[in-house]
Amino acid sequence: MTSIFCLRVTINFVERDGEVVSVKAKLGETLLDVAKDYDISLEGACEGTLACSTCHLILKPEIYETLPEPTDEELDMLDLAFGLSDTSRLGCQITITQEMDNMTVEVPKESYDVRQ
Amino acid sequence: MLGRYVNNLNKRTHRFSNFSRTYKICVVGSGPGAFYTAQELLKRSGAEIDIFERLPVPFGLVRYGVAPDHPEVKNCINGFTSLMQTRRCRFYGNVNVGKDISVEQLRSAYNGVVLAYGAENNRKLGIPGEDISGCYAAREFVGWYNGIPSMAGLKPDLSCENVVIFGHGNVALDVARMLLSPVAVLEKTDISGAALETLINSKIRNVYIIGRRGPLQTAFTIKEFRELTKLPNCHGHLDKNVFTDLNSIIPDLARPRRRLTELMMKTALSEKTAELCQQTGSQHWHMKFNRSPTEVLSSPNCRRVSGIRMEINKLEKTSEAVRAVGSGKFEDLACGLVISSIGYKSIAIDENVPFDAVTGIIPNVKGRVVSKRLYCSGWVKRGPIGVIASTMKDAFETAEMISEDMKQDNLPTSSCFGFEEIAKYLDQKGVRYVTFEDWNKIDAHEKYLGRMKNKPREKLTSVVEMLNVIDTP
Ligand SMILES: Cc1cc2nc3c(=O)[nH]c(=O)nc-3n(C[C@H](O)[C@H](O)[C@H](O)COP(=O)(O)OP(=O)(O)OC[C@H]3O[C@@H](n4cnc5c(N)ncnc54)[C@H](O)[C@@H]3O)c2cc1C
Ligand code: FES
Repeated sequence: MTSIFCLRVTINFVERDGEVVSVKAKLGETLLDVAKDYDISLEGACEGTLACSTCHLILKPEIYETLPEPTDEELDMLDLAFGLSDTSRLGCQITITQEMDNMTVEVPKESYDVRQ
Repeated sequence: MLGRYVNNLNKRTHRFSNFSRTYKICVVGSGPGAFYTAQELLKRSGAEIDIFERLPVPFGLVRYGVAPDHPEVKNCINGFTSLMQTRRCRFYGNVNVGKDISVEQLRSAYNGVVLAYGAENNRKLGIPGEDISGCYAAREFVGWYNGIPSMAGLKPDLSCENVVIFGHGNVALDVARMLLSPVAVLEKTDISGAALETLINSKIRNVYIIGRRGPLQTAFTIKEFRELTKLPNCHGHLDKNVFTDLNSIIPDLARPRRRLTELMMKTALSEKTAELCQQTGSQHWHMKFNRSPTEVLSSPNCRRVSGIRMEINKLEKTSEAVRAVGSGKFEDLACGLVISSIGYKSIAIDENVPFDAVTGIIPNVKGRVVSKRLYCSGWVKRGPIGVIASTMKDAFETAEMISEDMKQDNLPTSSCFGFEEIAKYLDQKGVRYVTFEDWNKIDAHEKYLGRMKNKPREKLTSVVEMLNVIDTP
């Protein structure tokens, strides 16, 4: 039993409207997989093939620093993302690890905020 | 078969219990602008949505614009297809709105009408010789290699060595890449069979990609540029001198422009030995800046393109933009094919719909068209720019406006008959409309034809053929 629990970590998504949605994620899944499972408003139009930038998420600097550097191809797609920040990543390129337990990631507001 | 992520409209974001009424909404067009509006509206409201498409097949430029060697980009089709599994969304193809049915008729049958019919035309160079055989709009050329029925008969002649493409946007780079990609790559894509045949026999060695302004004003994105630099047995050439002044500016550019300029500069500076350039079978692209086409030159009998005359420009900074101003110096370049890729253009499809011919869009505020119960989305709303992600963002905005109008009771509550009423008009006119199930049949048939050639699909390139497949039991 415990081993199954060990395989799951908590991820806190901050939705566009500010609502925080805490979900359980399996190790080895991508952040986009998790978001899709829990109906977080992340599109993932190209289904994780690095061809759309609609899975853009903003990470906390502490977590961003610990991740392997994004590839040129990921940076290329990020350059097209709305609300690009210094700690932006594509959700489909980030695999959940134990270290990410309880981390907070943000769905960028500017992906569409008609009240701006 | 559906993709990895199925659109589930019954989960967390499905919060519309406060709308008890059922609205009937119709969408004109079935590209990303249409489908993302429908998706968001289905999430936000209890609306029922009918999608009308001129062709018997859905997905607009995802099917007929996106390059065949970008199958990943087309994955959004899986999401659109999963939307059609819900009973609240229907597809009616082979219906030309503005001709088979008017927007007024749609407005009487539905509570709200969303126009998402894209940009079906293109801007013209407006120079002498543009109509000579061998000079095409990128829209036509792209339609041809993607198998759109209206361009099936294009038959471009690729027996020349030099090709000129005007425009520095992603479409120009798509066209260049298609002309320079190895057959071994193309034959595994959903490129039209006729285009593949022609490209197999292509004699093209040099593709010139020419823009009016400088490297800082290009409209293409870095992904597409990087792809060009990675083409096998193909060498890229950019004028080093254009970049000399840029070194000091680069660090201050916004990240996307900085990374793109750095990559262009790196490519410009990488030495290409004469030996490499002479290699038999090697191909080349040459990106040229600060040049405006002034005339398409033709062979003595005026039957075919023989070259292009360009004026060399100087760049002038005004407060809003960087303008290209002619220097009075001209330059000729010999070529057998000219492709102008200077932009798509929307057209008015119905005289009762407001349309701004200058900007080429339906005038709107966040997707609301001035006259009531009319909305727009996608390229006809914003102009023909941006990737699917930007079209999606825009479509979500339109959907939000519609659902706001539902909440505020700005949409009439009168019950509408929806497709029931439209079907009567179509039957009277003898218009043969098709459904999503019909498309599934075409889809299966195309995939079957593709399997025989080791391609993901072989598209049917005539409407008659499509309808025949639907009719085959
Ligand atoms: C050549 C090309 C390549 C591209 N490549 C990429 C890419 O790699 N990645 C990316 O992210 N984006 C790409 N894009 C951009 C992307 O295709 C657009 O952002 C998007 O398709 C716009 O969506 P839309 O729904 O507004 O228009 P469209 O996709 O054009 O859809 C409009 C639909 O309306 C239909 N229609 C037209 N008139 C009528 C009528 N009178 N009645 C009924 N239906 C009608 C049309 O048949 C069409 O199906 C590309 C665009 C082009 C032109
Ligand atoms: S889902 Fe398209 S880039 Fe991540």
